Amino acid sequence: MIYSLLVLSSPCSGQGSVTALRFAQAVIERDHQIQRIFFLDEGTLAGASSMVSPQDENDTVQLWANFAIKHKVELILCVSSALKRGLLDSGEAERYEKTAATVHPAFEISGLGQLIDASVASDRLITFGG
Amino acid sequence: MSTINKKSLLVVVRHSPYGSSLARTSLEVALSSATFDQDVGLLFIGDGVLQLLPEQDSSTIGVRNIARLIASFPLYDLETLFADKAALAQYGLDLQELPEKLQLLDDDAMANLFKCYDHILSF
Repeated sequence: MIYSLLVLSSPCSGQGSVTALRFAQAVIERDHQIQRIFFLDEGTLAGASSMVSPQDENDTVQLWANFAIKHKVELILCVSSALKRGLLDSGEAERYEKTAATVHPAFEISGLGQLIDASVASDRLITFGG
Repeated sequence: MSTINKKSLLVVVRHSPYGSSLARTSLEVALSSATFDQDVGLLFIGDGVLQLLPEQDSSTIGVRNIARLIASFPLYDLETLFADKAALAQYGLDLQELPEKLQLLDDDAMANLFKCYDHILSF
């Protein structure tokens, strides 16, 4: 079965983001496919490369990045949600004249069309948070 | 996207208009879906029905007006709108002032509605 995930939960509050990651891992372990993981609203903070987690807590950003690299899964941050929260890739940083790019390279910034496209291509679209 | 690959999408709106960024985000997902010519419906439940209030003035809190966004839905052919009848009654909303195409549903009708869509996104 083909799954896509919509992550609304912030990685800084509650368990939603990590639960989504564990769900994604379980999908792959059971030989299903992940079409795309789309981060929206507070969920986009999962792509913040500048985030520093306390040593005895999950580094959710790195966990997502490791997962994406290992399994070649697309992690997409909604552009309008990301910009509002200070999440910029190098192109956006230059465009808005900000000093630094803040998006982890395992993530990509794109539009809501990617969520709609994922919904069409997937048998299941599962929301985390909200 | 080809029409053969259409999937129906129900966006469930649970947030009051200015209490959370998810209020506007949920509507933007529905609009985006309509823009891509998908079969999309919106269901307003609980506090979400407050988004349907026609007289909203958000100018003093410096955020964009949700009522204006909802008023623009027909321009995007986004006209499949449902609302939780009990929530409307609880908030005492005047039905005359709500969007013309809004269909009011009781609990059983909402349960049936969920079965009619391929995907359900709850905000």
